Formats: sequence, C-alpha cells, structure tokens
Amino acid sequence: MNLNAVRAVFRREFDGYFATPLAYVFIVIFLLAMGSFTFYFGQFYDAGRAELNTFFGFHPWLYLFLIPAISMRLWAEEQKTGTLELLMTLPISIASAVVGKFLAAWAFAGLALGLTFPMWLTVNYLGSPDNGVILTSYFGSWLMAGGYLAIGSCISALTNNQVIAFVVTVVVCFLFTISGHNIVLDFFQGWAPLVLVDAISSFSFLTHFSAIMNGVIDLRDVIFFGSLIALFLFANVVVLDLKRAG
Amino acid sequence: MIEIEGLVRRFGTLTAVGGVSLKVAKGEVLGFLGPNGAGKSTTMKMITGYLAPSEGRITVCGHDVVEQPFEAQSAIGYLPEGAPAYPDMTPVQFLSFIARVRGLSDEAAKKAIDTAVARTGLQGVLDQRIETLSKGFKRRVGLAQAILHDPPVLIMDEPTDGLDPNQKQAVRKLIRAMSAEKAIIISTHILEEVDAVCTRAVIIDKGKIVADGTPAELLAKSPTKRLDDVFRALTTADAEIKVEAGS
Repeated sequence: MNLNAVRAVFRREFDGYFATPLAYVFIVIFLLAMGSFTFYFGQFYDAGRAELNTFFGFHPWLYLFLIPAISMRLWAEEQKTGTLELLMTLPISIASAVVGKFLAAWAFAGLALGLTFPMWLTVNYLGSPDNGVILTSYFGSWLMAGGYLAIGSCISALTNNQVIAFVVTVVVCFLFTISGHNIVLDFFQGWAPLVLVDAISSFSFLTHFSAIMNGVIDLRDVIFFGSLIALFLFANVVVLDLKRAG
Repeated sequence: MIEIEGLVRRFGTLTAVGGVSLKVAKGEVLGFLGPNGAGKSTTMKMITGYLAPSEGRITVCGHDVVEQPFEAQSAIGYLPEGAPAYPDMTPVQFLSFIARVRGLSDEAAKKAIDTAVARTGLQGVLDQRIETLSKGFKRRVGLAQAILHDPPVLIMDEPTDGLDPNQKQAVRKLIRAMSAEKAIIISTHILEEVDAVCTRAVIIDKGKIVADGTPAELLAKSPTKRLDDVFRALTTADAEIKVEAGS
C-alpha cells in the first residue's frame, strides 16, 4: 500500500461528497432522523434523565439504512461510469484504493455523527451527565459505523447497480445487527453445534455496541469492529482482483 | 517498447484474444484495426494491466505487466474506451487527482497540467464540471489525463470516436506531434485514420492478427487500392447479417 495514493484517493472521494448536494442532503436527513427518533420515539424529555442512552440506542437502527446510502456508490458507481478501469490502470494497488475510499466514507460518517453535538450540549444544559460515557458512546458508534461501511463497500464492489448494492447491504447489515437475537439464533439452534451458535451470536453489533455504550471500552469490542472492518476490506480487494482475472 | 508474446484471453468458453504477438518500437504509431468484438479493447486492457492475460507475456519498457505492474503502468498513458472521468469533478480537479496518484510533486503537477491542458486545448472549460462538458471536451479531458505524465507509451482506445471532423483533425495532429518520442497504439475502425496518423497497421479478427504492415503494404494487397476493401477481405464482420436483415 502506498500512502500517497491512499491520500489522493481519500481526498478525491471526500471532496466528491461535497461536489454534489449528496453530502448536504445526507447530513440534514441524518440529523433530522437522529433528533426525531431521540425526542419522539425515545421520549428524551419524559425520561428526565441526564444521559444520551436513548439517542445512542437508535444508532444501530438508523445506521442500518443511512450507512448503506453512503456505501452503495463507493464501487458500483466506478463500475457504471467506467472510471474503475481508469483507477485500476493507474500505478496504485487495489488495496490503496479500497482503503482510501473507505477512510473517506468513514470520515464523512464521522463528520455527520459529530454534527449531532447539539444533543450533547442539550443534555449538559439540562443536567450533569457522565461525559465520559457519552464520549465512549460516540467512539463506539463511529466504530460501528465503520463496520457497516466496510460491509457495504465490499458489497458495492460486487455490482454496478447502486440500488442492488443498497438493498443487499441493508439485509446483510441487518443480520449482523441482530445476530445475537432469537430471530437469527432460532434458525440455527437445534441442529447446529453450540460453538457455531455462540460464534454467530458473538457477531452481533448490538451486543458489542451496547457494551461500549455502558461507558466501558473493552479491548475485545474494539478488536471485534477493527477485525470486521479489516476482513471486509480484504474481501473487497479480493472481489476487485477477481474482476480483472475474470 | 511494447512486446507482446502469445497473448490469450478467455472469458469462460469464449476466446476473445487468441494468441496475439506484437512488437511496437519508439516512433511507431500502430493502428489497431478490426471489426467490433475482434479483441482490440481486450488486448489494450491487458497491456494496461486492467485485465490479467489467460496466457502469454506483455512487457512495457522492459517491465512485465503482470509481475511489475506499477513500473509498467507508470510508463503507460491510457485512454480507455469512452474516455471515462469522474463526472462531478472539474478538469483541473481531475487532472490534479491523476497527478497526485501518479506521485508527481505539487510543482511538477502544476507544470504537467499546464502542458497537457495547452496541448489538448482545454483552457476554456477548466472549471466546469466534467458531466456538463460536450463529448468532444470529455474526450480531450481523457487525452489530457493520458499524456499528463509524458509517458513513453500511449495506449488509446478509439481516441476520435464520436468527435466532429475538426476535433478529429486536432486529435490526429496531437498524436502526430507526439509520435517521434513515444510508442503509440490506437484502436479505431475508421480506416481513413490509419492513413492519417499511423506508421503501421495491424488488422485483428476473432482474436487473431490477420494482417500487419505499413498502410501502403496493406493497400498493395488489394486490386482496388482501397483500405476498405482490404479490411472487408480480411475480416469476417456481422455485416452479412445486416444485409440479410435489410433484404
């Protein structure tokens, strides 16, 4: 991997969000969704507690639809417009391009997440929350967004159709979100060995995220999201490499 | 500068390129001719490292394309079919991106962009988004991208396709101006182009080379002395189907 190339791809991709209305539309909808879910469905005021748990509790569910909206274009669009051919014939490795694009999308998701800071101001104005817990929750939420993005980036490389990329990513992310839940586990329980059932349930984003949301950054949760991102980005490189071998 | 030996590419059971061997030296402008689907683009995609060959070897400036892809790709300027570019960028942003990816320093990039812009006549549209440009300008952005790093090898897939006669003339002039210092391959199915710019013509049909020589040598093969007739005699196009459908 070549840092110069990663930086060049990152800059192109990140600037690309702001070259079209995409970035602004996304950020506005992201913030409206975050706010309305927290205040209406989460009944933030009625709860009367100085904490942001209801706010963060909605993140996995909102990410489920909002993150695939970012990731769907990452590679599908390059294939549609033919720029993939241009990119792959420049003297850079596929890995540099994959990492550069992923980091740009992740930074953009981080920016949208960071712009929810009025929530943090509000809760500090109304009471005295544990800001350490809020900070780790933000960190955990961003890590989780990275997990969803890596899955979406890999799926986007499989197709040149953004709608297909979106729908498939939502489904796969849904399975990862709730894999600790009975909807998924019941399917495996009874016939699959217990080790497998445990393994599947340990892939749950919800379990790992709620652990971080409690204010404790356990190294295992960080490693979980980190290795998941690495795994899917590696698969992303393999998918693109297979396309040239045909 | 370009050496191709026994190049084969299969897609499933289809053999798109079936054993092509070629050498292109500095100063040569090789016109790659053939009907649609003959394997011109596939061959170019393999030279530039986008597709991996099923069999055979390609070296560009002494670098094996499969084993030393970056060295080979650094020596190549490539205009893919249709001149793809990022539609949401302006030509300046796009060329700066290409320069950065190719590892040019800021100063070198600025010089390279100025030169490429001047040679392709992009001055008037530098700050317009590429998606708003006409087909001719889009093609020129692609050309500017290909010659940006002044590569010793230029591969251009249908560089004049869809351009008006004036634009075609300008592109051919540009190719001729660069030809002394470079090895150039252009694909085309416009036969007059071969006469206009190429020092050598290779006709490919069904993945195999069926003729290789200077335009004059190819013309000598036909009693009518017309390149069209040489082309038609050597290649099996689906033109016959069209005739049947029309009758």
